[in-house]
Amino acid sequence: MAAVISAAGLARTFQTKSGPVEAVRCIDLTVREGEILGFLGPNGAGKTTTLRMLTTLLKPTGGAATVAGYDLATDPGGVRRVSGYVAQSGGVDPQITVREELVTQGRMYRLSKAEAVVRAAELARELDLTELLDRKTAALSGGQRRRLDIAMALTHRPKVLFLDEPTTGLDPGSRADLWDLVRRLRDEHGTTVFLTTHYLDEADALADRLVVVDRGVVAAEGTPSALKLAHGGSIDATLQDTFLAITGRGPAPADAAPVAV
Amino acid sequence: MLLHDTALVYGRYLRQSLRSRFALLFGVLTPLLYLLFFGPLLTDLPLGEQGSSWQVLVPGLLLQLGLFGALFAGFTIIMENAQGVVERMRVTPVSRLALLLGRVLRDATVFVFQAVLLVLAAVVMGLRAPLAGILIGFAFVALLTLSLASLSYALGMKVRTPQEFGPLINAVSMPSMLLSGLMLPMALAPTWLDVLSHFVPFRYLVDAVRDAYVGQYTSAHMLYGVLVAVGFAGLAVTVGTRVFRTAGA
Repeated sequence: MAAVISAAGLARTFQTKSGPVEAVRCIDLTVREGEILGFLGPNGAGKTTTLRMLTTLLKPTGGAATVAGYDLATDPGGVRRVSGYVAQSGGVDPQITVREELVTQGRMYRLSKAEAVVRAAELARELDLTELLDRKTAALSGGQRRRLDIAMALTHRPKVLFLDEPTTGLDPGSRADLWDLVRRLRDEHGTTVFLTTHYLDEADALADRLVVVDRGVVAAEGTPSALKLAHGGSIDATLQDTFLAITGRGPAPADAAPVAV
Repeated sequence: MLLHDTALVYGRYLRQSLRSRFALLFGVLTPLLYLLFFGPLLTDLPLGEQGSSWQVLVPGLLLQLGLFGALFAGFTIIMENAQGVVERMRVTPVSRLALLLGRVLRDATVFVFQAVLLVLAAVVMGLRAPLAGILIGFAFVALLTLSLASLSYALGMKVRTPQEFGPLINAVSMPSMLLSGLMLPMALAPTWLDVLSHFVPFRYLVDAVRDAYVGQYTSAHMLYGVLVAVGFAGLAVTVGTRVFRTAGA
């Protein structure tokens, strides 16, 4: 299948008072159309920075990438038109109603006022927000808030949806609902989903393929079972052990000599 | 597209202002207190300027309103950054210039509205000035708030925390107010202070508005005031837009 995201040597160095910090050193990756990609890594590995580069929020300091054929550096406008992004913090004003946020978002994607109103109603139906349209976003539960964030990101029917830790802070029921929603998006609309997560069960259950980053580079990639086999020692290994083995922070192998007796 | 986007952003933030009517009126309180409790002290003093003391004081208070109000506009962008609202807008194709212009035009609207209230109160207190001059005064308030709010948003995007933002703004606003002769005209100042005040851009604005309030629309003060106000606005909007385009770096 065709690649919808491809990145080569993507890098970002931040200049700070205490010298340069290489948040992302070299990311090469390919995401195929209609794929759900799990982007994993320890805290500070460069997940969010990578996501912010792929969504045009942050200019890379090295490398190149295309999203749905649009080049990040030369056509950020094109990238914006084909991708949706939900940040960790979401992005709604607590004092504004769900309806107003959805309509404004439609208008930001250059829909006419009438089209934006229709689209807001459609999105509300699709994401089960219809009853909540006239509530202020501050009055939504965590799960409802997440559905609204995603609805906003889907306004323009993006080819690619970027989700940064979408289920952090949600209760188990809301998480399961969100997983269903992500699968439905892919199955019904063919949307490619690029999601970061710390929950390995989430990655296991949801992602077709995983990319593990560590210290700003891709440490491993493959289907969950391939990674378990290659790094966890067996296809029955837990993703937890596999992840720890890849990022080098796992328990020592059983046959290793003890450090001290 | 720019117009469409600016109108959209403007509408969103104007509705936000209208929702907090209390804050809308509260902004005018400080200059109003000066007008009520400081203004009467000046009525019989020789101020070294033409016209009544009100024609000298009110232009200063108008720019004070703009100076203190608009410089603090950036506080709201710090909150919006924390909520993720700014980034959510920046991933859409919406124009970067519009993200700034919509906000600062809202601020200009709010401050001109407050300026109107202030002038109405001043008229009750005894201000008499030509209508054209008063309207020119509002235009200067609009330009000044547009500029200062742009810079304030730019700063708010950079510093990211209210703890850093507040002291920085205070460090700018107090000297600016004192050195531009907002309260009392610099005509009263010793030479060194008068010279120093010419390095503060607001000095030219307040001189121009004072001229407008006594009906002198073609003076050198007016020319310099217009040039400084327009030049400053151009610079400030350029800086602000640049920050909205590249923020996060």
